[in-house]
Amino acid sequence: MSWFKRTEKGITTPTEEKREVPDGLWYQCPECKKVVPTKEHAEHAYTCSECNYHARIGSKEYFELLFDNQHFTELDENLVSSDPLTFKDSQPYPNRIVAAQKKTGLKDAVRTGFGKMDGMNVVICCMDFAFVGGSMGSVVGEKIARGIDHARKKKCPFIMISKSGGARMMEAGFSLMQMAKTSAKLALLDQDGLPYISLMTDPTTGGVTASYAMLGDFNIAEPGSLIGFAGPRVVKETIGKDLPAGFQTAEFLLEHGFLDFIVDRKEMKKRLSDLLHMLSK
Amino acid sequence: MYLDFEKPIGDLETKLAEMKQVAEESEVDVTKEVKSLEAKILELKKDIYSNLTRWQRVQLSRHPERPYTLDYIQGMCDTFIELHGDRAVKDDMAMVGGFGTIGEQTFMIIGHQKGRKTKERQVRNFGMANPDGYRKALRLMKLAEKFNKPIVTLIDTPGAYPGLEAEERGQAEAIARNLKEMFMLKVPVICIIIGEGASGGALGIAIGDKVMMLENTWYSVISPESCSSILWRSWDYKELAAEALKLTAEDMLQHGLIDGIIGEPLGGAHQDPSWMYQTLKDELSKMLLELNELSAKERIAKRIEKFASMGVTVEG
Repeated sequence: MSWFKRTEKGITTPTEEKREVPDGLWYQCPECKKVVPTKEHAEHAYTCSECNYHARIGSKEYFELLFDNQHFTELDENLVSSDPLTFKDSQPYPNRIVAAQKKTGLKDAVRTGFGKMDGMNVVICCMDFAFVGGSMGSVVGEKIARGIDHARKKKCPFIMISKSGGARMMEAGFSLMQMAKTSAKLALLDQDGLPYISLMTDPTTGGVTASYAMLGDFNIAEPGSLIGFAGPRVVKETIGKDLPAGFQTAEFLLEHGFLDFIVDRKEMKKRLSDLLHMLSK
Repeated sequence: MYLDFEKPIGDLETKLAEMKQVAEESEVDVTKEVKSLEAKILELKKDIYSNLTRWQRVQLSRHPERPYTLDYIQGMCDTFIELHGDRAVKDDMAMVGGFGTIGEQTFMIIGHQKGRKTKERQVRNFGMANPDGYRKALRLMKLAEKFNKPIVTLIDTPGAYPGLEAEERGQAEAIARNLKEMFMLKVPVICIIIGEGASGGALGIAIGDKVMMLENTWYSVISPESCSSILWRSWDYKELAAEALKLTAEDMLQHGLIDGIIGEPLGGAHQDPSWMYQTLKDELSKMLLELNELSAKERIAKRIEKFASMGVTVEG
């Protein structure tokens, strides 16, 4: 039966190569296994019509869902990483960046759009998990800081869509200080009395959660998203026990008082713009 | 207690003690030999401590005899009144704080607290604070602001506690809130890394007008061990990880991520704690004098500007 034998053990696809939304004609829900045409899945805001599973999507899809007529101006789109520490583990950091850029067509793990949402000016920063796990280094911190600056300049609301494994190790101390930088800018946004909506999506963990993601005037999340400080594996190792069902899900956070509400992606634009319009009346 | 790389010093010091004992018992004059051996030890120490690898610095920062927050407070303050609790859930023993006077000045001093003996280590949760600790710290900072007292934070933590209840009570939210609130404190804020500065758990009390590191401490986004386990998928590359992370005081200063380094006695703060306390006392007074030159508004603006300029990017 040698033709039946796997030559390499385990799943060998690297994380970056995994496709969250396949480009084929059909989409199969990883939760309930229902198969629908890809087009139909997109029309459902990339949620499953059967079980409402929210597929992981990126900035491109979120911008399409939120900006009027999918029209927006991208800010700081050419800002890229440097290698301030000449960091090297199994490969030099710049190689990782170049590989991620090639694979994703993105420059780094966040994009900023300025445009209208139901007729109202908004700045939206949206993270891309596909780019080195949505990790936060200098580029992510700087683009978010500039995004907040832009909202202050235009006197408009700021929306942050987080999706990240946390700070980027390869920029070490610099990554850590992005938590401080973004929080400082949010303090200035507070002073200006401008609204900040933080939308947490699957997954939002580590230094991202422990800075801008948790600092919203409104902390909201997509259903079922994993949200936490320490990752579930680390918590499990710490306590030496299995974790309770539903631990660190959006629903768990809502129950413990850390979210204002959970929003279904299909109603997201309406809920966000209703909220922002209420504040302007 | 000697760390692995300090063994040669330990050997010579044992020899010195033996020599002195023999001299005492036999009444042989060994003054010359003792002097020469002491000189040799000093040379060896200078050689070892001026060529430390980054991992060896990490080891020194965790030395079990190193002074902890309450040791510094006791060593520096004429009076100290510890204040407890976050007014919501509990009193986190891994984070301590209270008003203390140094000379004529009252400070609010807040810091992570590690334990020395097994039982105390557990009580102090190895210096890993829960959300309650960060909220207690913020409560005390606001109190300092109300009474217009400068704030000193002493950072020494292997990380914020990654436990189940910490997640339930919002570890991330507690740290995030501190970051934002600390930027707006009207009083001077001085932060000193006295041991380990691990990631968000350290940063959660480290937003200040002056952020200083003692000579043998580390400060980074992750511990070398965890970095090794994630990037090399093994715990065995901690030395390499420490090198890659560039986590020493010198590295951090060179990258503009801290404001300065405070020297330690040869071999580390624990070799001469009273010298260390006096040095820190003098440094605090000097820094406060400098910060008092500015108005609250100016300090806040400078604090924000400093952190906002951290990071290296390229306009592609």
